[in-house]
Amino acid sequence: MAAFGCPVCDYIYDETVGAPREGFLAGTTWESIPADWCCPDCGVREKVDFEAVEVSRA
Amino acid sequence: MTTTQVDEDQAVAPEDWRDRKRYLWLMGLIPPTAVFIGAGLVWAFNQLGWTAVAPVWWWIGFILLYVLLPILDRFFGPDGQNPPDEVMERLENDKYYRYCTYAYIPLQLASLIFACYLWTAENLSWLGVEGGLGLVSKIGLALSIGVMGGVGINTAHEMGHKKDELERWLSKVTLAQTFYGHFYIEHNRGHHVRVATPEDPASSRFGESFWTFLPRSVRGSFKSSWELEKARLQRLGKSPWTIHNDVLNAWLMSVVLFGVLIAVFGPVVLPFLIIQAVYGFALLETVNYLEHYGLLRQRTANGRYERCAPKHSWNSDHIVTNIFLYHLQRHSDHHANPTRRYQTLRSMDGAPNLPSGYASMIALTYFPPLWRKVMDHRVLDHYNGDITLVNIQPSKREKILAKYGAN
Repeated sequence: MAAFGCPVCDYIYDETVGAPREGFLAGTTWESIPADWCCPDCGVREKVDFEAVEVSRA
Repeated sequence: MTTTQVDEDQAVAPEDWRDRKRYLWLMGLIPPTAVFIGAGLVWAFNQLGWTAVAPVWWWIGFILLYVLLPILDRFFGPDGQNPPDEVMERLENDKYYRYCTYAYIPLQLASLIFACYLWTAENLSWLGVEGGLGLVSKIGLALSIGVMGGVGINTAHEMGHKKDELERWLSKVTLAQTFYGHFYIEHNRGHHVRVATPEDPASSRFGESFWTFLPRSVRGSFKSSWELEKARLQRLGKSPWTIHNDVLNAWLMSVVLFGVLIAVFGPVVLPFLIIQAVYGFALLETVNYLEHYGLLRQRTANGRYERCAPKHSWNSDHIVTNIFLYHLQRHSDHHANPTRRYQTLRSMDGAPNLPSGYASMIALTYFPPLWRKVMDHRVLDHYNGDITLVNIQPSKREKILAKYGAN
């Protein structure tokens, strides 16, 4: 599963954890996130602005 | 002066850099203690036999906001100290700064309770007052408490932008006094996304008076916050009528707070609680009004709005108001990096500047012809005279385009 990071505030959307508070359960793929969804922490970058990132898993 | 200061900062080694304002931030606690200071002054004046002027101090919030801060802004002038890159992380992680903002909350609640006592007490002889307070003093006190509530929305604003759950919760607690709990949602997820576009209720338009803006922003922000939470809860398969709705649970805090105060002090406090809340959130809307007046993000080739840049916020790097509003006036940096803590915000090049501090500009917004005289040409200068690049009030669009020579 992939992860995507907000270039402004370091928020990371990790597909394996999702964003349950936002209504995206664990396992929700990046593809199925609506295009106008914006970063839940800073609010100034939208989905299209996010960049693929590596997350280390223990 | 500004340039000199910045040069000096660059000249010192990062380990030697010191935040000049470190202990001045404690002055941010003056608004939530002003009513106690006011009561002390009433007592002192009565002791001195100056009983005729003593009640003026119940208006201490007013005096601070409309008289003292503008004068001090003029006197102390620009701030100009920007933290260098190397100290940013240390500064951000220094917990002292966040405790300065947390301390606002217990003082705010204590002031509110003290005010309820003053509104209802029938014998204030310990303050040298005969009987209880007169109606004019009670209203002055309500407006002073309103100033604390309005400045409190700014404190809540600082905390509400953080990733820490505790700070997000404290933000809502701070908003309870003014019944503006939905601000936490609307500001972060609405205003920051749509700032400086015609779609944002909290961005004022060229030619729009403060008195037209006020109801539009209050109504629009409320509506938007509800829709944002409704959409989020819908994704979770829930109805918006749940305690998990952040708009509803924030308002519930206000209901509980007002309910307890009414239960303890009696329904007679209700009119004053309403006055302070309405005046408090109106103050916030005044600041909203001056932060983005007339500024507009242009559409890019793909139809989206260009990203919010320093040029889309009005700044004012005046040291006195900087301290009282936790660097809110370094507004461009705030919009570029909303989660950044107040102590690390910087004054940015390329950002349009107001002629004075936010505190001085507030009174000006109440007089639309004066406001437009001071601000309209500044908006035009910012766009090199091209009125078509400005966020114009739709009802006045034709008239304004004609006046400024665009066809």
